[in-house]
Amino acid sequence: MLEEHAKVVQFIGVADGITGRKKLQKMVYIAKKLQYAYKEKYEFHIYGPYSEELTLRIEELCNMGFLQEERQDKGSYVQYKYQMTDAGEHFTQMARVEEAEPSLVSCINLMKEKSSRFLELVSTLLYFDHLAKEDQIEKVHVLKAKLKFTADEIDEAFTFVMNLMNQRAVQ
Amino acid sequence: MSYATQKLAEEKVFKDPVHRYIHVRDQVIWDLIGTREFQRLRRIKQLGTTYLVFHGAEHSRFNHSLGVYEIVRRIIDDVFVGRPEWDESERLVVLCAALLHDLGHGPFSHAFENVFDLDHEEFTQKILLGETEVNEVLSRVSKGFPQKVADVIGKTYPNKQVVSLISSQIDADRMDYLQRDAYFTGVSYGHFDMERILRVMRPREDQVVIKSSGMHAVEDYIMSRYQMYWQVYFHPVSRSAEVILTKILHRAKALSEEGYDFETQPTHFKGFFDGTFTLKDYLALDEGVLLTYFQTWMSEKDLILADLCDRFVNRKLFQYIEFDLAKDYVKMKELEQLFKKAGIDPTYYLVFDSSSDLPYDFYRPGEEEERIPIHLQMPNGEIHELSRESDIVEAISGKRRTDHKLYFPEDFLTADGKKKALKKQILELLK
Repeated sequence: MLEEHAKVVQFIGVADGITGRKKLQKMVYIAKKLQYAYKEKYEFHIYGPYSEELTLRIEELCNMGFLQEERQDKGSYVQYKYQMTDAGEHFTQMARVEEAEPSLVSCINLMKEKSSRFLELVSTLLYFDHLAKEDQIEKVHVLKAKLKFTADEIDEAFTFVMNLMNQRAVQ
Repeated sequence: MSYATQKLAEEKVFKDPVHRYIHVRDQVIWDLIGTREFQRLRRIKQLGTTYLVFHGAEHSRFNHSLGVYEIVRRIIDDVFVGRPEWDESERLVVLCAALLHDLGHGPFSHAFENVFDLDHEEFTQKILLGETEVNEVLSRVSKGFPQKVADVIGKTYPNKQVVSLISSQIDADRMDYLQRDAYFTGVSYGHFDMERILRVMRPREDQVVIKSSGMHAVEDYIMSRYQMYWQVYFHPVSRSAEVILTKILHRAKALSEEGYDFETQPTHFKGFFDGTFTLKDYLALDEGVLLTYFQTWMSEKDLILADLCDRFVNRKLFQYIEFDLAKDYVKMKELEQLFKKAGIDPTYYLVFDSSSDLPYDFYRPGEEEERIPIHLQMPNGEIHELSRESDIVEAISGKRRTDHKLYFPEDFLTADGKKKALKKQILELLK
């Protein structure tokens, strides 16, 4: 019961808080694509893969007091920071969610270090991972034309994914 | 004349209770409607289990798909045509995408997808691109045409204006289902002035915007959406039916895995139970097939499966209470123990249901990760987000409202028989 909710609380707990809704969306998507057990359904939206289900879960978890949302006014936009509360930690224990495996912890921490722009690139590449590499890149250039991703950024994104996959495989 | 531009010798019309008439002039559209995959949508209800609450809600995804097509056709043929911002060469791809956008829905979509961890969007893509009659028709337009239609539906098509006609916060999909669902359920919410909205829609570079003079019609649409979600889509009794339906599928799957000898073998479900299903298996399912199984499973030896099927078929639904999990988590654990002691399996008969299980996409003004909001085109040409101009929309947009319920078979607990004291204790906890 509410296992999927508890896994989201745990995810944010492992990250010791996540700043930015877009960043949170992309982090969970990337983890899901690496075969970690997240069930939120994703569709492609303006900033790449996006899950309405995850948005609603986060809202419910804030309502229930298991997550704390902090609104940060950045002038031209508003940013949100999410943190696990003590009640949230208790909830993950009661829900008997398995402890996050070391590779997941490492994956979350590595993603947290990255910018939301970079994670948007990684998640968009992963959304098209059924295509050949050059077609994946082409999709990024067509769908994310305004962001003007450079060849270096794209190379870095592929390397990043490869590292995460290797860690997942080693464990 | 190429197949893409070929017109029927005579326009075909479908009588429709929402739009009065649905007009078809393109040969491609006519041929798509005749495919077996599109005809299958006649056998899938638009609102799943809602007909057990609103008895009129028997309309199908076929009706709705034609309705979405008709709305898009009116927008591009009557409003956008001739405007420099609209690329007329996109006409056929957007009409096909509108018609086919729900092609991948399975029987009782939400519950079925939930149990077998499926995604109807993926099936839509597979039907468009796989060995199907739909693919055969689309491929006659051009080799790459099925992929173009799939990209529009999958929201990865380069022209975002085209995508936004089918999928945005004010799109043809929502405009049809709100009106259609209101009509068939018989509720008074869900109505808005669509004709007015269509007349004030304008194509812009990456999206479709609304002339500011049409703001009040859009306010009405947003209010309809808000009311329909809480009054119809999240109706607690229809959720009760969905909970039971989900548990039937879970039980049948569990029995199959245990090697239980079904009197009526779940032949159509085998591939879904063990994950080996094909597209053909998926397309062979519809609500008639599921209901036939439920009818026959009412006589199975397994008492849980038989009881759940009886409840669904004969509408003996679970009772429910509001349940605040944050406060009552310990109580939930206690209830589970008591249910077990009373011989009632909590896995199937004590179900917590959360509103996020059925995503409610209420209007959001568009923050960092969200979808494109509704934009108004002001008289000076500037673009303003709707909630900044409308107090009504501002009041309800982005507001959190979540709802949690606990479902259980009250009749089991109130029936005369053994363990009366224990059952009384459970009922006390459920008050």
